[in-house]
Amino acid sequence: MLQKLKSKQDLENLRKKIVAKKEEGKPLVTVCNGTGCHASGSVAVIEAFRQEIRREELTDKVAIKATGCHGFCERGPIVVIQPGDIFYQQVKVDNVPQIVGETIIQGNVIDRLLYVDPATGKKYVHPSEVPFYRSQRRIVFGNNGEIAPDNIEDYIALGGYSALAKVLFDKSPEQVIEEVKKSGLRGRGGGGFPAGRKWESCRNAPGEPKYVIANCDEGDPGVYANRSLLEGNPHSVLEGLLIAAYAIGSHEGYIYVRNEYPLAVENATIAIKQAEESGFLGKNILGSGFDFIVHINRGGGAFVCGESTALMASLEGRVGEPRAKYVHTAEKGLWDKPSNLNNVETLANVPLIINKGADWFTAIGTEGSKGTKIFSLVGKVNNTGLVEVPMGMTLREVIYDIGGGIKEGKRFKGVQTGGPSGGVIPESMLDMPVDFDELTKAGSMMGSGGMIVMDEDTCMVDTARYFLTFLEEESCGKCVPCREGIKRMRQILDDITEGKGEESDIELLERIAATLKDTSLCALGATAANPVLTTLHYFRDEYEAHIKDKRCPAGVCKALIRYYIIDEKCVGCRLCEKACPVEAITFMGKKKPVILDQSKCIKCGICKDVCKLEAVGVK
Amino acid sequence: MPSLRGRQLVNKKVAAIINKYDADKGQLISILQDIQAEFHYLRKEALTQVSDTMGVPLSQVYSVATFFKAFTLKPRGKHLVNVCLGTACHVRGASKVLEQIERSLNVSRGETTNDFKFTLETVNCMGCCALGPVVKIDGEYFGQMNAGKVDSLLARY
Repeated sequence: MLQKLKSKQDLENLRKKIVAKKEEGKPLVTVCNGTGCHASGSVAVIEAFRQEIRREELTDKVAIKATGCHGFCERGPIVVIQPGDIFYQQVKVDNVPQIVGETIIQGNVIDRLLYVDPATGKKYVHPSEVPFYRSQRRIVFGNNGEIAPDNIEDYIALGGYSALAKVLFDKSPEQVIEEVKKSGLRGRGGGGFPAGRKWESCRNAPGEPKYVIANCDEGDPGVYANRSLLEGNPHSVLEGLLIAAYAIGSHEGYIYVRNEYPLAVENATIAIKQAEESGFLGKNILGSGFDFIVHINRGGGAFVCGESTALMASLEGRVGEPRAKYVHTAEKGLWDKPSNLNNVETLANVPLIINKGADWFTAIGTEGSKGTKIFSLVGKVNNTGLVEVPMGMTLREVIYDIGGGIKEGKRFKGVQTGGPSGGVIPESMLDMPVDFDELTKAGSMMGSGGMIVMDEDTCMVDTARYFLTFLEEESCGKCVPCREGIKRMRQILDDITEGKGEESDIELLERIAATLKDTSLCALGATAANPVLTTLHYFRDEYEAHIKDKRCPAGVCKALIRYYIIDEKCVGCRLCEKACPVEAITFMGKKKPVILDQSKCIKCGICKDVCKLEAVGVK
Repeated sequence: MPSLRGRQLVNKKVAAIINKYDADKGQLISILQDIQAEFHYLRKEALTQVSDTMGVPLSQVYSVATFFKAFTLKPRGKHLVNVCLGTACHVRGASKVLEQIERSLNVSRGETTNDFKFTLETVNCMGCCALGPVVKIDGEYFGQMNAGKVDSLLARY
């Protein structure tokens, strides 16, 4: 049971106590245990450290911490050793005895586990030097690596809940709203609406009770920043939600999390329990007289539930269908009461703004977009992971300086931002500064921060078709333009990718897109055409190649490609012959190239996957 | 149809789940999720019981159970194979991985093998985008998959 804090002074005393305890300077092994590293085997690595440290009889002398996501998921599991701030990547269970023996006991760096920059071959010891981290500005996300998400003390040690104490005792709700308005903080979940104004209209709306909701229904495929925040630093989200509640005058809140994020649900549940025990939630918080409780609701896996009215319907136990927003949710939302919905990343920014001031915050970013943004930089880029950069950094800097450029030396083609509601931005616009307004001008959007990098092997028609297939499945079906329009566009794109496209298709796509934009009930339908429109705009030649020449230049669309054996490279090792599910490959003798029978080939691509000599081509 | 005792047991477990949430209508989705986690699918009797106990029309329970992707009304197999089709996985070839699993198990997405050993489902993002293409089997993640790795992975189960 944690100590219940009854005043601002109690919190300050506890913080001093925790910090003093930490300053004893014990060696510390930090292992990233976010979902990415989890998938790469971090749980076994943590257990191996525990055993090895016990075996070496160091249990009392060395601390082990399983933290949230460090962001560099591609290189997981990630281990950081203190003192020395030594950064090891792709650590396996077998490496653990050596790390304990050489690094922790003797203080030596193990060369082989360091990060090597693939571009320069240079090795780096400290995380801050690694190019992936060097250009980032990790104000929201940086603490993830310092905090064990199931330990509230770690958060308190870093100044956690001091912003809450500050608003409860030193600021009126109006002053809090003023500060957030002044900071220019805009919603990180999609639309970019100013958070302070949203709070103000909810505060001023008549009706009691009022509700505050944290949106972690991150449904955009290819995006996982919200998950990593709630999973890795749940208290920062809770503190932001508490401050929003105080500013608005709400005493009950919800965290809405995707069910596909089990670890985030688990860590948030633990965090709520600890916050209750410590007196940050419940009645008379820190002795201030302010009451607030929070519930966790798991989503049911529907993309449309990221939309505010659909999300609230789902919180009421109904089907997640949006409604027309003649009346805003700030006035009539959950149970028809004034409700405020913010994305978790938006909320995690709030304690920082309160503690450091709006002026500090506005110094970061661009004219219209203040602060930083966490992007999930994924796809065909060398360093994939979560990156937090100041608004206004160019796409080139993000993709090349931080992301290390395109995988396998291929050519960059485009970057998809904003998820299914966004668009693909071409190479010619790489020097565009990234913020809310610039992305919208380019026909895309910020969305929740997806950056999916695409190279010469990505087909843009297939990409547009992919998003429409996704949206067709996710359309709730309530309004006709979205339900039927997306389906019709997907059918047209199916035809084009199957070589059955006609020249009039492009115009028809544009007409349907315009109708969707004008007449859909909610943003899902209104933005659904963006992936089609941007690819049509920037990559029209690819559509034309599919339609006129019946050719897929990227080698993706099955009906328009064929696999072939590159005879000079093939040594007849039979790997592909064994893997082929339809016996289309014939062995011709050792050191002789195999033969691929086109009439049998189903274009599954396994031969290409299993070939170790890159002797299978596609055209 | 399960035996009478079996049905009583189901009945008791469902009642316990509803009680955990004080039969709060706002928690309908969470209640159905817990029921599904317990039985791996939503059987008809459970939906009826939820409707009767909570005073929510069966039509509404049914609409929620069929609207959200997380729910299934059909029994699932012993192992749940989930293929991520998120954008990051897609551009790295997830559909080829899915097709190979479909061929190997001889089922389409959303189906269960005849011997009830595997159920194959897809998901639109698991949030492991850096490791794509990702396949999850019974909660364990397998990253950087390709079609060539499918058979040896499935053989482990």
